[in-house]
Amino acid sequence: MAGEAHTSAEYIKHHLQNLAYGQLPDGTWGIAHSAAEAKAMGFWAIHLDTLGISIVLGVLFLYFFRKAATQATAGVPGGLQNFVEWVVEFIDSSVRGSFSGRNPLVAPLALTIFIWIFLLNLMDLVPIDWIPGLATLLGVPFFKLVPTTDPNATFGMAIGVFILVLYYSFKMKGVGGFAAELTLQPFGKWGMPANLLLEGVNLIAKPISLALRLFGNLYAGEMIFILIALMFSGGAVLFLTGGVLQWAWAVFHVLIITLQAFIFMTLTIVYLDMAHQEHH
Amino acid sequence: MNINLTLIGQTITFALFVWFCMKFIWPPIVNALEARRKQIADGLAAADRGKHELELSAKRASETLHDAKIKASEIIAQAEKRAAQLIDEAKEAAKGEGERQIAAAQAEIEQEAYRAREQLREQVAALVVAGAEKVLRREVDAKAHADLLEAIKNEL
Repeated sequence: MAGEAHTSAEYIKHHLQNLAYGQLPDGTWGIAHSAAEAKAMGFWAIHLDTLGISIVLGVLFLYFFRKAATQATAGVPGGLQNFVEWVVEFIDSSVRGSFSGRNPLVAPLALTIFIWIFLLNLMDLVPIDWIPGLATLLGVPFFKLVPTTDPNATFGMAIGVFILVLYYSFKMKGVGGFAAELTLQPFGKWGMPANLLLEGVNLIAKPISLALRLFGNLYAGEMIFILIALMFSGGAVLFLTGGVLQWAWAVFHVLIITLQAFIFMTLTIVYLDMAHQEHH
Repeated sequence: MNINLTLIGQTITFALFVWFCMKFIWPPIVNALEARRKQIADGLAAADRGKHELELSAKRASETLHDAKIKASEIIAQAEKRAAQLIDEAKEAAKGEGERQIAAAQAEIEQEAYRAREQLREQVAALVVAGAEKVLRREVDAKAHADLLEAIKNEL
């Protein structure tokens, strides 16, 4: 379905371009109509599609869960409440299994991460030309539907988790304790520079690995959907092959998106658990 | 794929969502789950208690039934004994009455017989007197006496 006016490269680039809002080269503020314009905006720009979809899906999640929460009684649960309770119990048991301390923040955090990332990932299963095509009809130049294929989104969440890790590290261990953890092991106090280097990398690796793992998986998945979609314009045989492949990849992706949401959640719990422990 | 303000926007959104979830979603659901768990545990305990009580009362009921049966058979035995006693008594009474009646009848018969005998004696005496009168009137004849005496003898 690479349109007549597009080459394959343009098609792919179009699908990978976010809808950016920022200062245009001529000094006015508006939507970037090309990749170059978007790049020129620098840091002070916003991806409307990423943030918009994230917020819409997040609000949907909160709305339905809030609805279930207000209806929650000890009586016989209805359909929505049953589902929500099932999810909550699943998250709760995950947190109980991995998190040894007592912190009322961790379980709701894990729930939010799991459901939100799952919903964001789920957008990957929407046929890739629908939303960008609709956007083009409405005069919007780009629309990247899956927020987790935008590193801004994944790094944004990972930074949120990282801030919590730092906060609880300082809170639980004190400044001295946290500094000692970073500098006095594994080699003792005479190996302080090496310790700092190793532990520093260890610490920094947490948010980066969180963000990049999610981004990488979803970006690659999206990329493969785009490549499969390119086959649709290559004649009957390629069309059929593409159809079968897309279906197979989508089925496989159901696993990937759930798994990635679960991994992000579990690692968050584990990192926070490490932040709460005096020694590890 | 440019890193830009979206990063911070996403972090803030994330923080708000987590805050909302922690404040308004997690506690009521977990509380409801806990309450239901407790309710179910209570219900199961109550069911256990009920079952136990049922067993106990069944046992009690069978005991009561057993007692009642024993009592009933005792009563029946007593009643039978009493009935036999009554019959014996009745028999005894009937027998006594019969004997008394028989005795009375015999006494009456004897009395009757005595009276009859008295009457008879009187009549005999009268006859003897009459015979003697006849004899005395015709003079005494041995042969005639013999015949007369024979006749008197026969009459006696």
